[in-house]
Amino acid sequence: MAVKVAQEWLAICGGCEVTILDIGEPLLDLLPKLEFVHMPVLHDHKLLGQLGEKTKLEIPQADVGIISGSIHTKENEEVAKEMRAKVKILIAMGACACYGGVPALRNLFTVKDLFDKVYRGSMTTEKAEDPRAELPPLIDRVMAVTELVKVDVQLPGCPTPPEIMVDVLSSLLDGAPFKLSDRSVCDECPTKREKKAAAGIVLKRPLQMICTQGADLAQTRCFMEQGFLCQGPVTRSGCGGKTKTPRCIKAYMPCRGCFGPLRHDANPMVDMMGALSTIGIPPAQILDRAATFNRFVGGQNRLRPIPAKK
Amino acid sequence: MKTITIQPVSRIEGHAKVTIQLDNAGNVADTHVNVIELRGFERFAIGRPVEELPRIMTRICGVCPWSHHLASSKAGDAVYGVEPPTAGVKLRRLCNSTAYCEEHILHFYFLSGPDFVMGPDADPAVRNIVGIVQKHSDIARQVVKARHTGAHMLEIIGAKSIHPDVSVPGGFQKPLTEAERNELKPMGRSLLDFAIFSMKFAKENVFPQYLDTVKSFANLSTGFLGTVTPEGAYDVYDGKFRLMQADGSFVDFPAEKYTDYISEHVEPWSYLKFPYIKSKPFSMDLDKPSGIYRTNTLARINVCDRMPAPLAQAELEEFRESFGRPAQLTLLYHWARLIELLYNAEHLNQLLDDPEICDGNTRVACTPRAARGVGSVEAPRGTLIHDYATNKDGLVTDCNLIVGTTHNNAAINMSVKRAAKDLIKAGKYDQGTLNRVEMAIRAYDPCLSCATHLLDGRIAVKLTILDADGRIRDVLSNG
Repeated sequence: MAVKVAQEWLAICGGCEVTILDIGEPLLDLLPKLEFVHMPVLHDHKLLGQLGEKTKLEIPQADVGIISGSIHTKENEEVAKEMRAKVKILIAMGACACYGGVPALRNLFTVKDLFDKVYRGSMTTEKAEDPRAELPPLIDRVMAVTELVKVDVQLPGCPTPPEIMVDVLSSLLDGAPFKLSDRSVCDECPTKREKKAAAGIVLKRPLQMICTQGADLAQTRCFMEQGFLCQGPVTRSGCGGKTKTPRCIKAYMPCRGCFGPLRHDANPMVDMMGALSTIGIPPAQILDRAATFNRFVGGQNRLRPIPAKK
Repeated sequence: MKTITIQPVSRIEGHAKVTIQLDNAGNVADTHVNVIELRGFERFAIGRPVEELPRIMTRICGVCPWSHHLASSKAGDAVYGVEPPTAGVKLRRLCNSTAYCEEHILHFYFLSGPDFVMGPDADPAVRNIVGIVQKHSDIARQVVKARHTGAHMLEIIGAKSIHPDVSVPGGFQKPLTEAERNELKPMGRSLLDFAIFSMKFAKENVFPQYLDTVKSFANLSTGFLGTVTPEGAYDVYDGKFRLMQADGSFVDFPAEKYTDYISEHVEPWSYLKFPYIKSKPFSMDLDKPSGIYRTNTLARINVCDRMPAPLAQAELEEFRESFGRPAQLTLLYHWARLIELLYNAEHLNQLLDDPEICDGNTRVACTPRAARGVGSVEAPRGTLIHDYATNKDGLVTDCNLIVGTTHNNAAINMSVKRAAKDLIKAGKYDQGTLNRVEMAIRAYDPCLSCATHLLDGRIAVKLTILDADGRIRDVLSNG
């Protein structure tokens, strides 16, 4: 008998679901062992029954539940609770489910502010009342799934890389241990750090080339030491998969923290400001600090509305 | 009065439900496609440095992150008043066409495919990729491989296939080396081979069976919006907008003038807005629609004068011979999708053979300033517009987005209403009927999927969770 899997997505982009597909051919070996009983992106099982006859959302019983996305509507709350009630093991997949993700940037302002902009403050839109009919209301702040229900396994990343998905699915099937990296992005980063020479860095915006064509990263100076803000010091590694080299670094771009903090409950903004102070950069120099440091972790009360200036 | 709610609409990307109201005789009185989410990217873009937006806007969609990435980069180019070097533009184009191949393959085979290969009324338990894997296992393997090839190519070029950050205001951050180009070439050829195979497979095995359905299903008569080169040829990265009326007449205008031609209407029952042609009143009345236009594959095939790639051009000629210009039949979106797959596979090979693509000069430096900038591309789902304004520090002060699927919102609602009215009579319907209603949505909206397959044999679910020191924290099992 195959392992029954139920999957749901809340405030999402779909990238985590595409990741599952991007596993490639190893997916074909895993598939015979899994039976998806609910997965809107793939499968036609309906929450309200195949004829739309039910009044309460229902997910079938399953061995494993996977939720991607953060919670931003009343209905998301119901779906997450229903999933928790019906599965034995619940996996939170991706930065949104684990920490709030990019949708939690909306915690910087209120729902009213959001509606005012979208329906009454857009240059192409006829001004209108907020849509309400037949729609689930938005909740006041975007939450990680981990804030609402007990989660057994957290898979970070935006999106979670295919290699991690393969590892977790394989360990579900054969009971092998599953463990996330406990090293930081800096620990896996091939660029060269000169620490002592770092003092006196002037912070730069990434508005120019950071590396030249075909540059060997091992011969390239740490981006942070070059002055480009990089969240490697406070971010869990693992985005590079088997090659280890962090993916954004491979594109000659600094890390923005999509894998979340090394400890699930850490505050990367505080830790990052500490890291910057040690190399002589005053945190006040940092542009758009709260939204940048919390880009992927704005749930769990890390981001809140900025009080209006008096 | 009775209400039927189809929730969720499945095998599409994102969240929607369909509300169908029946009158006392059991016939369809009204239908709504309710889009039940709103994340607020237009609002939370405000305050961010504009050069960060290409790394944030990708998260609007994980299926077409490259479209948002590139539209956002182009809006950033315009805000900072820079023109990326030729090689930077070519690398952006290469990524765009590669991503198109991935997405069109996904949609044709995995998402809409089950409706045609397994049949619209098939048991929902097999009307999905499981059924396709069982029925055509070699094709399923090839599909997974082709998609994976596309993802791998994007990783070589830009390090990430989903949610890239390699394109920036001013160009492209990572030049392509000759060694990388040589690695990519055979992969590009294999994608082209698969595109040729797909068109042949569909013309022999899928389209002929459904020609009658195509002629009678969920049809409308609307305008079309797409992008063409200054000479009127098909293009998915850059050009002018072309808005074609149902009678085939059209007007061309630069992307940044879109506010002169498009307005957005709001209905109380959907978070998603309804763009329409500004010079006309908005009406989704099936008998007297007004201001409605469509985007996405069929629209692009309709608005272009020709396709600048030989195999795709031959297919376009054959398509026009059969269905005219503009072609209006809704299910032809699928056929148009395969013509586009072929074009993009040809285009990416043209780029890989281009001597300039390995030039090291791919980016110019930018200086923050106060300005407005519009960036647009043709996303697989339709014309995509990112419009940003900044202050002198380059921080965003306003943001307006019109996304591919949004343009089609009115047309999707009308197609669903047409299908529901034709299919549900005197209170009679079954799951197959409701699935056909959903098919009217799927024609417009590529989405994502993953595959599954069944096998006998008990498997224990057991997961051991370790802490940072390697100690066992928890053992979870289904035993």
